[in-house]
Amino acid sequence: MQWDIVIGLEIHVQLATRTKIFSGSSTAYGAEPNTQANAVDLAMPGTLPVPNEQAFRYAVMFGLAVNAEIERRSVFERKNYFYPDLPKGYQTTQLERPIVGPGYVDLDLANGETKRVRIHHAHLEEDAGKSLHEDFHGMTGVDLNRAGTPLIEVVTEPDMTNAEEAVAFAKKLHGIVTSLGICDGDMSQGSMRFDVNISLKPKGSDTLGTRTETKNLNSFRFMEQAIAHEVERQMDILEDGGTIVQETRLYNGDRDESRSMRTKEEANDYRYFPCPDLLPVEIDDSFIEQARDSLPELPDARKARFMEQYGLNDYDAGLLSGDSKLAGFFEDAASHGKDAKLVANWIQGEFSARLNAEEKSVADSPITGAQLGDLVVRIADNTISSAGAKKVFEALWSGEKDNVDAIIDAKGLKQVSDTGALEAMVDEVLAGMPDQVAQYQQESDPKKQKKMLGGFMGPLMKASKGQGNPKLFNEILVKKLGG
Amino acid sequence: MTISRKDIEKVAVLARIRVDDEQVSALEKDLGNILDLVDQLGAADTDAVEPMAHPLNAVQRLRADEVTEINQRDAFQAIAPSTENGLYLVPRVIE
Repeated sequence: MQWDIVIGLEIHVQLATRTKIFSGSSTAYGAEPNTQANAVDLAMPGTLPVPNEQAFRYAVMFGLAVNAEIERRSVFERKNYFYPDLPKGYQTTQLERPIVGPGYVDLDLANGETKRVRIHHAHLEEDAGKSLHEDFHGMTGVDLNRAGTPLIEVVTEPDMTNAEEAVAFAKKLHGIVTSLGICDGDMSQGSMRFDVNISLKPKGSDTLGTRTETKNLNSFRFMEQAIAHEVERQMDILEDGGTIVQETRLYNGDRDESRSMRTKEEANDYRYFPCPDLLPVEIDDSFIEQARDSLPELPDARKARFMEQYGLNDYDAGLLSGDSKLAGFFEDAASHGKDAKLVANWIQGEFSARLNAEEKSVADSPITGAQLGDLVVRIADNTISSAGAKKVFEALWSGEKDNVDAIIDAKGLKQVSDTGALEAMVDEVLAGMPDQVAQYQQESDPKKQKKMLGGFMGPLMKASKGQGNPKLFNEILVKKLGG
Repeated sequence: MTISRKDIEKVAVLARIRVDDEQVSALEKDLGNILDLVDQLGAADTDAVEPMAHPLNAVQRLRADEVTEINQRDAFQAIAPSTENGLYLVPRVIE
């Protein structure tokens, strides 16, 4: 049987405010446990929450960036459940009147098509603390530093039909919130967490199947794997004539397996009700207009500008414009490097490969955009070969030296592009290899001839101590051998 | 409107309150009376009345995003039943 896959996402985005949503406690990451958990965060009796204006400003900026309606009068509810890392016994969140109403994001897919994913709403809420289940004499340790950190939870419509679209949406959203500067986007520290709702239905059917929710995916790769895993699991059950149980599942990326966390039957009854400690929050037009004026360039606009300003193609512009830090790196490099296309190739090739291999983000890169730009200048003006460029890149990356020209000098990587000198070398090498020359000249298949040219390159590079310009060598060889 | 024993037992579980059988019978009557009273309120005609999110007719004041709290962990942990390495310790919870 053929199945349609239906995917919706819920994304928790930690807002980059200095303080918590309802208290003046710091939200800085990495502090000693419970040193940023104060009376309001600990739910001490007699305390009252006072909302953080910046959290509202960030939520409004997000709403504007995803073409959404902004709710002028938003209300907080209490979502009641029992867990030790939630000291109040309820999470303060928004249910009936969330700050951000329906909106949408357009995705550019690999096949060139544009896909619109609708956003159902986004609401403000507080994060919980962290429970540590390592052994504390059979007890659980609780760190409440994170309790009360402002989040927006973005809820999409079930508009995605495969893992590629879901990941494309996730990346787009990551690009939007980091470009806005409302979230640091550091997924390894939990700044963005994805819950994936998945269901299957017979191909073409209008009736949605029963869905499961896979929670707390914190990388794009795990998200893609978790979707593939869950689709296969559901397909196996359905094709064996079974039924899907509505449940929450946890995915273990290291082992590529998932397990049930809780089924809906035993799910909490959250008993939502309006929070009596908080009055409705009213946002006026001037607040919204100020937020609109403060919007920076967003990925879509940046992509269009990259194509226009740097002459990049759609694919390169899309890849380089999504993440604001990568985009900044590209622009630093391109403003030094002149040849934007070559800069783009280096960023997507050598640079990305090294970042991935060392699990670094652009922000941790040991080389700057300006340095890469200088390197590209020397490739473009034929000072160094691409093999030499890789050596320069290595030296920059390892921090051996920080100046491109100094590295080229120190390592003797400057290639000889003086045609007269190169021609002399070619003559000398060819004179020493009469058999190969004859063989080449008797060969009628141009493909084989091209291959045979390689046999001359080794001795030539040796004769030039690795400094001959390979492109020029090639041209001279073809001319001389053909003549 | 009446409330069943089952409803009371469920609410007790959710609220983490232990109630024995005798108490459930008493609660059935008390809570039933309260719900009947609420039902009477339901008879009022509210068609022309805008629902309120809060009994006070006021708007929430917002706070500037500035750190105003200092680390008072020692004071808070002095009244906690159990702590270790700066963590609050609670009976083990496993999801």
